[in-house]
Amino acid sequence: MSLSGKAAVTGVGDTDFTHDAPGKTILELQLQASLAALRDAGLHPRDIDGIVMPMGGGATVAEDFVTNLGIPDLRFSTTTPLGGAGAVAAVQCAAAAVATGLCRHVLMPLGRLGRSGQNQRIGARIQAMPQFRTVGEFESPMGAMAPAQFYAPMARRHMELYGTTSRQLAEIAVTTRRHAILNGNARMRQPLSIEDHQASRIIADPFHLFDCSLESDGACAVIVSAADVARDMAKPRVLVTGVAEGHPDSPSAITQRPDMTRVGLAKAAARAFAMAGVTPADIDVAEIYDCFTWVVLCQLEDMGFCGKGEGGAFVEGGALGLDGRLPVNTHGGLLSQAHMAGMNHVVELVRQLRGEAGAAQVRDAEVGLVTGYGDLGDGTIAIMARG
Amino acid sequence: MDAIAKPTPEIGPLTRPYWDGLAAGKLLLQRCTGCGKIRHYPRPLCDACHSFGHDWVEAQGTATVHSWTVAHHPFHPAFRGIPPFTLVTADLPEGVRILAPLRDAGDGALALGTKLVIGVEDNGEGLALPVVRLAR
Repeated sequence: MSLSGKAAVTGVGDTDFTHDAPGKTILELQLQASLAALRDAGLHPRDIDGIVMPMGGGATVAEDFVTNLGIPDLRFSTTTPLGGAGAVAAVQCAAAAVATGLCRHVLMPLGRLGRSGQNQRIGARIQAMPQFRTVGEFESPMGAMAPAQFYAPMARRHMELYGTTSRQLAEIAVTTRRHAILNGNARMRQPLSIEDHQASRIIADPFHLFDCSLESDGACAVIVSAADVARDMAKPRVLVTGVAEGHPDSPSAITQRPDMTRVGLAKAAARAFAMAGVTPADIDVAEIYDCFTWVVLCQLEDMGFCGKGEGGAFVEGGALGLDGRLPVNTHGGLLSQAHMAGMNHVVELVRQLRGEAGAAQVRDAEVGLVTGYGDLGDGTIAIMARG
Repeated sequence: MDAIAKPTPEIGPLTRPYWDGLAAGKLLLQRCTGCGKIRHYPRPLCDACHSFGHDWVEAQGTATVHSWTVAHHPFHPAFRGIPPFTLVTADLPEGVRILAPLRDAGDGALALGTKLVIGVEDNGEGLALPVVRLAR
């Protein structure tokens, strides 16, 4: 049995994204986003019978949503602890659950106090996660504490092997910012130039400040429903036509990875395209996980939009803009909208395919994809289509 | 103001010999007693032959540059004021890699394949860690 076309995204919601959600808990933000997604789907909270929590081990659990939303009969719940790949992994999990009849409507809430949370800045936060246990013991004592430092050698090797430049990474940051400026709910609304990027301070060479995403406060929620039920719901169906998860070699230590310029998505992408029966040439819009600019470039290669080593040239000249060869991160991404661990990418893809993306709408967007990238290189991808 | 300590490893029985080796000035690598494969970082099971059996061998002490980063932002209060420092991902002839700070040179001296020698240094807080230098 293929999962293709068996599930649809029927509701999306988000809160305002800020750098300081005043007095709010993660649960309050998630509940606010969940209510917005329920309204969007035209569902009552009692209709929810499945919950997938992306990023397991977070501050909240499925029971919190049963209690607060008054869900009478939750039949399926699980977590997808894949860091930034967790949101799209949750879509896969929910699609499988509704396709097999375990449940009909799955709620996936994701919230963060990435900016204002007490003692929760990135260096301290990841040290508490079991996925980082190996690097925590063997690499953190040397000062390698944060994703920027773990991922920088991947980018540096790519640059040395293929001649990729910091200015090419800047193209990604600049185009993404241009999209954020069109979005009423984005944290970074000031224009950014390649020169601004080049002049910004270095965080972990080769990453400048503007190669890095934004610690943010807020929440997103998405509802996945059985495709047959979704036919009669409030909004046009957005079908999940292909979905897959992939893990890189040496998933717990990039240092030991045979090819550190390739991530887990390289294994997942071909499976998802085959399931959906499309190729990269068919994709109208792509929401690509962008914790760092280079991670976007690497994923473009690993999905087959260009060959390995060709990503730098691929992104030049505004190619990722709304009128470019592949519109990417039309909401402003993690780089300039907010770091909602990629659930904001799922929300944006659905809005694009419904024609609800406002000033950043890609004309005639019918088929699109969203990726996740998490922890030390886990990858997920969902291909969706209006239908 | 009390000094903030650098991160310390949580050492378990499996990884104790690695850290004891560094404390004695030696970089030790785990070797499978079933098939002879050398693995790093230390872990319970050989992924080639699935034997738990292992002993420890001292690394030859040479390496080449696989990649690197220069840490400018500290990300941890104990490293405030220390950056920028260069962390090298280095290929060992034993077929595994290490991550280690570069001593006595800047990142401008590095290219893929640059030859290195491995040393061991105290981090100033009683923890011995591998370091690398350019080979002469």
